[in-house]
Order: sequence, then C-alpha cells, then structure tokens
Amino acid sequence: MSTESAVQTAGQPAFYVTEEEHAHSSTLLGFWIYIMSDTLIFAALFATFGVLRHRYAGGPTAAEVLDIPGVALNTAMLLISSITCGFAMLEMQKRNKGSTLFWLAVTGLFGAAFVGLELHEFATMIAEGAGPQRSAFLSAFFTLVGTHGTHVTIGIVWLITLMVQVGRKGLIHENARRLMCFSMFWHFLDVIWIGVFSVVYLLGVL
Amino acid sequence: MSSDAHASHPADGHHAIAADAPHGSMKGYLTGFVLAVVLTVIPFWLVMGNVLDNAVATSILVIVLAVVQIVVHMIYFLHLDTASEGGWNMLALIFTVIMVVIGIVGSLWVMYHLNLNMMPGMMTARPG
Repeated sequence: MSTESAVQTAGQPAFYVTEEEHAHSSTLLGFWIYIMSDTLIFAALFATFGVLRHRYAGGPTAAEVLDIPGVALNTAMLLISSITCGFAMLEMQKRNKGSTLFWLAVTGLFGAAFVGLELHEFATMIAEGAGPQRSAFLSAFFTLVGTHGTHVTIGIVWLITLMVQVGRKGLIHENARRLMCFSMFWHFLDVIWIGVFSVVYLLGVL
Repeated sequence: MSSDAHASHPADGHHAIAADAPHGSMKGYLTGFVLAVVLTVIPFWLVMGNVLDNAVATSILVIVLAVVQIVVHMIYFLHLDTASEGGWNMLALIFTVIMVVIGIVGSLWVMYHLNLNMMPGMMTARPG
C-alpha cells in the first residue's frame, strides 16, 4: 500500500478489513510464532550445554580454548549489524530504496564478518585438537554456537535474496513485509547471541 | 480500515508500509544501541579485568546483565509491547519464556541431583 492509495482510501471510508491488511498482520504474528519456536530449539541447546559445560573428559577446558577478545570483536560485529538493520527499516519506512539497500548491504557485511570470525575460531580450535568429538563440553559448544552461526549464515542468504527483490521490484508492500520479517529474525539472532557470549564464553572462562 | 490502526499509534506519522506493523524511530534504535553497548561492555570488563575477584558474584552479575540486555533488545529493536498484534505477540512470548525457564532450570536441577547421587567422585562443585 503506497502513500497515495492511503490518502485515497482515507477519503472513501471502508468499513471492512481488506484482505491485504489481514494477510500482512497474520504474517508478522506467524513469523513471531516461528521465532518463539526457534527460541525453544536454542533453549534445548542451552540446557544441554549447561549440563555438559564442565564435562571436559580430560580434554581442554573452556578457559583454555575460548578466546574472549575474539568473541568481544564478534559481539561488536553482530551488535553493529543489528543497528544497521534498524537503519534499513527506518529508510524503508521513509521509502528510500537506495539507502535501504545501502544499510542492508552494511548489515550483510557485518554479518559476514561475524560468520568469518566464528569459522576462523572453529578452525583454530579443531586444528588444536579441540574439535566437537573431543569431549561432551566441546560437542555441546559446537552444537550451540554452530546452530547460531548457521542461523546467521541463512539470514545472510535471505538478506541477499531480499536485496535482489527490492532492487528489481522496489519497496512494494510484499517486500516491505518480507523485510520486516527479516528484521525480526536478525534482531532475534542478536538476542540469542547475548545468551551465547554470556553463558558460553564469559561464564566459561571464569 | 486505517482509522482503528491510527488510534492505536497516534504518535506515528508513517503509515505507508502498514499501519499496525511494529514501528521504530531513530531515537529508539540509538537508545537501544547505546544501552546494548553499555550492557555488553560491563560483563566483558568484569570478566576480562577480573574486577570483582569473586567468580560467583561475577557469574550472577553477568547473567543479570544478559537478561536486562535481552529485555532492552526486545523493547528497542523488536518493538515488543503489550499492544502489538493485539497482545498475541506478548502472550506467545510469555508462554515461550515459561517453556524456556522450565527446560533450562529443570535440566540443570535434575542433572545436578543425578550427579550428586550417582557420581560423587566426579562432582566439580562439592564432594558427594
């Protein structure tokens, strides 16, 4: 729905809910329900990690393998990508296609930096012999952090898809709805990451 | 159609995308970002600088700060309030939080007691 059509419908009162508005509303609620179900997946992984976090099986401890300055940098990447995603949403509300695409691209780059740093951390740990098969702690660590990283990777693929769609069709109603779903997903991943850096990394090295 | 939605968001000027969609403002995002940065820097500082010199107190503080930061993200980035989607968002969230708390706290509690009763020699917290 564009500004022009909103002005037109304001002149002709409609006493019914149009199909478009109804579909839009239920999409965002439905996507929220999906995010809540995804939260339950992460809750199960957090519970598993919480139970197994000291089961080192004679292998490396959390304090020995976890790199806190590295995860601080990673946290900064994801937090910055969260605010730039917010800027993209604000530009979308103002219907600035160019700046929306710009902030989405910045969001994607910070997200890619996050995934890159995480993969580097994983590769370093596996090279040191601290792979997921070493101990229950490391299995739980790679499952929890890896699931989050997979979500971010899929989010980047989704982001690129949306950028192509916005680039070709513009900020039409459907694309605006998709971008709002993406924004919820991206902020949700940052919320999960708060739990990861607090519980896995900071409590791990204490 | 739009009059109802306008009534629920009287302060918002932009209704071009969707009247009932969650709205952000530059001020809201920047407030959330500053709070999130502060709430991220404090726990990293506590752990990296070993400021309190007390592992239990630091752990509790890190978890409290994480919960506060999650609430900040929910309000300022996810624009969650009791009015969005007619309250169904909040209802789903409350249900999910209950499930998450039962799952995590229940698992830790049950497994702690299993360890206490079955593997006293392997306890890290205290001898059985």
